[in-house]
Amino acid sequence: MLKITRFGVAAALALSVSATAALAQDIKAAFIDPLSGPFAATGSNGLHQFQFAADRLVNEKGGLLGGRKLVVDGFDNKTSPQESLIQLQVAIDQGYRYIIQGNSSGVANALTEAIEKHNKRNPDSRVLFLNYSAVDPALTNDKCNFWHFRFDANADIKMDVLTDVIAGNKDIHKVYIIGQDYSFGKAVSAAANAMLKAKRPDIEIVGDELHPIGKVKDFTPYARKITAAGADAVITGNWGADMLGLGKALVANGYTGPVYTYYAAGSGITAAFGEAGKGVIRLVSEGQTNPPVSDVASAYYDAYKAKYADGNVDQTRITNTIAMLAAAIEKAGTADDVVAVGKALEGMELDSIWGTKLFMRPQDHQLIQNMHILQHTNEGVTYDYDNSGFGVVVESTVEMAGMDSPTTCKMDRP
Amino acid sequence: MDLVVINLIDGLVTGLLLFMLSSGLTLIFSMMGVLNFAHASFYMLGAYFAYQISLYVGFWPGLLIAPLIVGVLGALVERYGLRRVHQYGHVPELIFTFGLALLIEEVVQFIWGKNIVPFDEPELLNFALFSIGGNAIPAYKVFMIFISIGIFLALLYVLTRTRVGMVIQAALSYPRTVEALGHNVPLVFMGVFGVGTALAGVAGVIAGPVLGTFPGMAFLLGSIVFVTIVIGGLGSLWGALVASLLIGWLTTFAATSTFEFASLLTAIGLERPEDLSESYIRDLWTLSLPQIGPILPYILMVLILVFRPFGLFGKRDV
Amino acid sequence: MTDTTHKSAVSTPASRLTLGQVAPWLFAIAFLVLLPFVFKSNAALTIMNQMMITIVFALAYNMLLGQGGMLSFGHAVYLGFGGFMCMHIMNAVEDNGLPLPLPLLPIFGGLFGLGLATIIGSFSTRRAGTVFAMISLGIGELIAACTVIIVVLFGGEEGISGDRTYGLPVFGYEFLQQIEVYYVLGFWTVLSALLMYLFSRTPVGRMANAVRDNPERAEFLGYSARWVRFYSFCASGFFAGVAGAMVAINYEILTEQSMSATQSGVILLVAFLGGVGFFFGPIIGAIVFTLLQSVLSLYTEIWQLYLGALFLATVMFFPGGLAGVLMMHVPVARLGKFGLLVMPYIKTLLPALVSVIGVSALMEIIFHYRHAPPGDEEMTLFWVTFDSHNLLAMLIAFVVAAAGFWVAKRNSGELRNAWHAANTPDGGRA
Repeated sequence: MLKITRFGVAAALALSVSATAALAQDIKAAFIDPLSGPFAATGSNGLHQFQFAADRLVNEKGGLLGGRKLVVDGFDNKTSPQESLIQLQVAIDQGYRYIIQGNSSGVANALTEAIEKHNKRNPDSRVLFLNYSAVDPALTNDKCNFWHFRFDANADIKMDVLTDVIAGNKDIHKVYIIGQDYSFGKAVSAAANAMLKAKRPDIEIVGDELHPIGKVKDFTPYARKITAAGADAVITGNWGADMLGLGKALVANGYTGPVYTYYAAGSGITAAFGEAGKGVIRLVSEGQTNPPVSDVASAYYDAYKAKYADGNVDQTRITNTIAMLAAAIEKAGTADDVVAVGKALEGMELDSIWGTKLFMRPQDHQLIQNMHILQHTNEGVTYDYDNSGFGVVVESTVEMAGMDSPTTCKMDRP
Repeated sequence: MDLVVINLIDGLVTGLLLFMLSSGLTLIFSMMGVLNFAHASFYMLGAYFAYQISLYVGFWPGLLIAPLIVGVLGALVERYGLRRVHQYGHVPELIFTFGLALLIEEVVQFIWGKNIVPFDEPELLNFALFSIGGNAIPAYKVFMIFISIGIFLALLYVLTRTRVGMVIQAALSYPRTVEALGHNVPLVFMGVFGVGTALAGVAGVIAGPVLGTFPGMAFLLGSIVFVTIVIGGLGSLWGALVASLLIGWLTTFAATSTFEFASLLTAIGLERPEDLSESYIRDLWTLSLPQIGPILPYILMVLILVFRPFGLFGKRDV
Repeated sequence: MTDTTHKSAVSTPASRLTLGQVAPWLFAIAFLVLLPFVFKSNAALTIMNQMMITIVFALAYNMLLGQGGMLSFGHAVYLGFGGFMCMHIMNAVEDNGLPLPLPLLPIFGGLFGLGLATIIGSFSTRRAGTVFAMISLGIGELIAACTVIIVVLFGGEEGISGDRTYGLPVFGYEFLQQIEVYYVLGFWTVLSALLMYLFSRTPVGRMANAVRDNPERAEFLGYSARWVRFYSFCASGFFAGVAGAMVAINYEILTEQSMSATQSGVILLVAFLGGVGFFFGPIIGAIVFTLLQSVLSLYTEIWQLYLGALFLATVMFFPGGLAGVLMMHVPVARLGKFGLLVMPYIKTLLPALVSVIGVSALMEIIFHYRHAPPGDEEMTLFWVTFDSHNLLAMLIAFVVAAAGFWVAKRNSGELRNAWHAANTPDGGRA
C-alpha cells in the first residue's frame, strides 16, 4: 500500500515554489477517494484497479505520446467534500491534470463545481474530471460542464435497464421500493415510479419509502412490512451496511423474490450474503466478468488476481476509463492541454476489453455502454468476489443502454 | 393484526438487546458516576472476538469465551485507565471514554479490516421456528429473547439475593462505610465494570450475526444506548429495562407504520401545492414516520431532559 | 484539568495595556501577513485556511469546555448552521445583486450561530456536567439528522454551494484567488481570537470560570450560574457561526458533514489535544491537528489509530494538553534553570522517541502483513524497503521499541530529579 508515491502536503508546503516545475515526463492522474475511514476498502480497491489498468493498458505497452507513462496516485479525501477540495488543490499544485473520483455523489458534486470554478479562474492549470462511479443524474444534466466526464451509467439509465427486465417478467405484479433517505435514494425512487408506470401500468407499487442513511440498526421491521405488503420484487439503491442489513433481513424473513439492487457485490458484501443471497440478489451494472467474454478479458482478470489475490475486478468501468483517456491523449497529441484532450474524448467510440462498445455522448459527457442484470450465485462463476465462491453472472443484457435518453445539459465549451 | 404481533416480537428482541447494554452501563454509572462512552465498543469487541473464535471452534464456545475476554479487558481499562483519570473529575472521565471508543474502533479496523466480516448464526438455529401471516420468526431471535431474559433474571438474583449483591448495593450509596467495614471498594468497582462490559460482550456475540459485524456497529448503537439510560433515569435498572423496551417498540412500530406528515398538514387546513419545488415546507409534505423513526429516541430524550431531567425512573439528579 | 486552569487564570485585571499583553497579538498578525510569502502554493494556502477555520472553531469550543466547564458533543451544529445560512446569503447576493461585500459575511454567520445557540441554550444550559453533555449529544444528533431530511435548508447530502466572487468587490478584489481569501480569513481569525480573549476577561468570562469550578459559591456571590453558562454558550455559538462563515468563504460549499457528530467529536479532540486550560491551547491543537490530518494521512493509512492513541495518552497523562506541557516550563524558565533539564530531557525523550518509532514501525509491518495484497510483500518504511513477511523486520522493530522504552524508563528517574531541582528556587532545599 505504501508503495503508492504520495507526494505529501509536506512537500507541497516546503517546495511550494517548484509546484509545476516537475514538468513530469509522467502523465499524472490524481485519484481522490476515501483511503481511510469506513469506505477505505472500496477506495483502495478502486485505486488498485486504476493503477493496474494504467500499467497493463498503457505503461507495459510503451506509454503514451512516445513513451510517457501514465501514473495514478492516491489522495485520501476521507469521504468528505471539504477534504476533497483540499486534496484537489494539492493535486493541481503538483501538476496533476486529471482528477479521478467516484465514491459519493456528494463529493462529485463538490468537485465538479470546484473544478469548473478553478478552470475559469486559472486558465493555466486547467484539469479534467473523470468520474468513474458517481451516478447522480444531475451531474450530466443540470450540473453538467465541459470538464466532467462520467464513465458509469447514471442512476436513470440503470433504472431504465432494471425496469425493462421487471416489465418483461410476467410473474411480477407488486413491487416495493425502498432506499436511503438522500438524493440518490430519492432519485432511484422517482425513476422507478415513473418508468414502471410507463412500461407496466398493471404493476402495483405496494410500497415506496426511505429510511435514514446509515442509522438503521435492524432492518427486520422493514422486511416484515415488505412481506406483509405481498411484494414480488424489491427495488433498492442501498449500499454498504444498509444493503447487507436489508438483504439479510429479507432472506431471514422468508422472502424469496428478486431484490433488484445497484450495489450489492464485492467489498465483503458478496461473501457476507453467501448462500442466503443466492437467487435473490440481482444487480444492474456494466461489465461482464461471468461468463468471461474473451481471452483478453480473462488474461486481464487473471493478471489482476495474481497481483491482488484478495481483490476483485468489480468495476470494469475503471479499465474503460483508462483506455478512453489513453486513446484521447493519443488522439489530441498532448496530455498537457486538457481542452484538446476533452474535445478528443467527446464523441469518442472505443471497444472495451469487456466486450462492449463505448460511446462518450458529446451532449452531456455521459458514457453509453452495454448494461447487464447480474445475478448473485455460485453456479457458473469463473471469477468470484471476495474469494467466497460466489460471484455475479450475467442474466440479461441491454445493448448501449440509454443511447437516446434525454438530457437537460447545456454545456459551455471553452 | 398479524403485523402488530410480529412487531411486538421484533421490538422485544431489539429492546432486550438494548437492555443488555444499558443495564451494564447504568450499573457502572450508578457506582462510579461515569457515563461510559465506550460501552458500545465493548459490545463490538464481543462480536469480533466471537467471530474470531467461531473460525476455530464454532459459535457456542465463543458465546462463553468472548464475553469473558471482554470483561477482563473492561476490568483492565477500569484499573489502569479510568482510575487514573478519576482524579481529574467527571468531564475528563467522559472525554477518556470518548477517546477510548475512538481508539477501539481504530484497533478493530487495524486487526479485522474495514469490511463486514462474515459472522453467521450457528447452523443449529438457522431455521424459521414458526411464521405469522407469512412472516418467519427465526429460531435465533427466540434464542436471543431467552438469553436476554435469563441474564436479566440472573442479574436481579445476584443484586438482590446474594452477599456480593448486597455489598454492591451498599457500595452504591455509602462507599466510605462499606470500605470501613473491610470491603475492598475499588475492587468492587473494577468487578462491576468488568461485569458490565462482559454483558455488553454477550450482547455483541448474539447481535453480531443478525445486525452485522463491522467497525461502525458500535457507533450505530452507542448513542442509542446512552439515550436509553438517560430516558430510563441514570442509575435505575428498572428504568433501563422500561426505556429499552420502549425504544425497541417505538422504533419497530415507527419503521412499519405508514403515517405521512402530509395528512397532518392537510388536517390543519393546508393544501398540497401542485408544484412542490416552490414550497418551503416541501420536505414536510413528503416526510413519513419511518423516515424519522431512528431519530425518535433522540427527540424523546431531549423532551425528557427538558421536562424531567432525572428520567422516567431516576431518583437522583445527575 | 481544573488544576491547570487555575494556573492559567491571569490574576491581574485587564486595566492597563502593557507591551507584554500586546506583543503576542502583534507577533501573530505579522506572522499571518508574512506566511504566504514563504508558502506560496495554493495548496499550502488552502491548508492554512483550513487551519485558521479550525482555530476559530476550537477557540469557540473552548469557551464552553475550558472556560465554562461544559462538555459539548454537538457543537458542530452551530458552525454548520452559520455556514449554511452564509451560503444562502452568498446565493442571494448572486441572484439579486445585493451590495454585500464578501468579507462581511462572517458577521451574518456569527449572528445565525448566535440565534440558534440562544434557542438551544435556553434549555440546555440549565444544567452543567453530564446532563449538558447528554443534551448536546441529543440535539447534535437531531439537527445533524435533519440536515439530510430538510432539503430546502441544507440541500440534502450534496449540500449548498455558491460562488463567492459575485459580491461587491473590495478595493478591486473579487476573491478569485486563494491568497485573497487567505487574508480575509486571516483578518477574521485575529479579530475573533482577540474578541474571544477579551470576552474571557470580562466579568461574565471570569464568572464562567467561577461557575465551572464551584457553581454554588458563584451563586452565593449573587451570580446566577445558569445565566453565566447561557451567556458563554451564546458567545461560543456566535464564534462557531463565524467559523462556519469562514468555511463558506473558503470552500464555497457546505455539506451535512460540517454538522455531523464526527465533526463535533473532532473539535473536542482538537481542543483537548491543544489544552483546554489555556486560552492559546486550542490554537496549538488546531495547528497540530490540521498538520497531522493532512500530512500523516499521506504517509500512513492508520493515522487515525495514532491519533486515537495520542488523544487517549493526552487525557491520561497530560490533561493540560500540549499547552499545559509548554506552560509547565514557565516556572523553570523564570528560575533560569532550564539548563538543568536539557541533558535529562535528551537522555529520556530521545530513547522514548526511538521507542515510539519502533512501535509504529511494528504496527505498520503488522498492518502491511495483514492487509496488503498477497504477493505484495515489499514495503517501505523510513526509507528502507524490505519484506514485510520476514520475521526479522518485526523482530528489529520490536527490539528497537523495547530497548528505547527500557532506556527511557531507566533515565526517567533522573529526569524526575532534575525536574524537581529545576523547579526549586535556589536557597530552598529540595
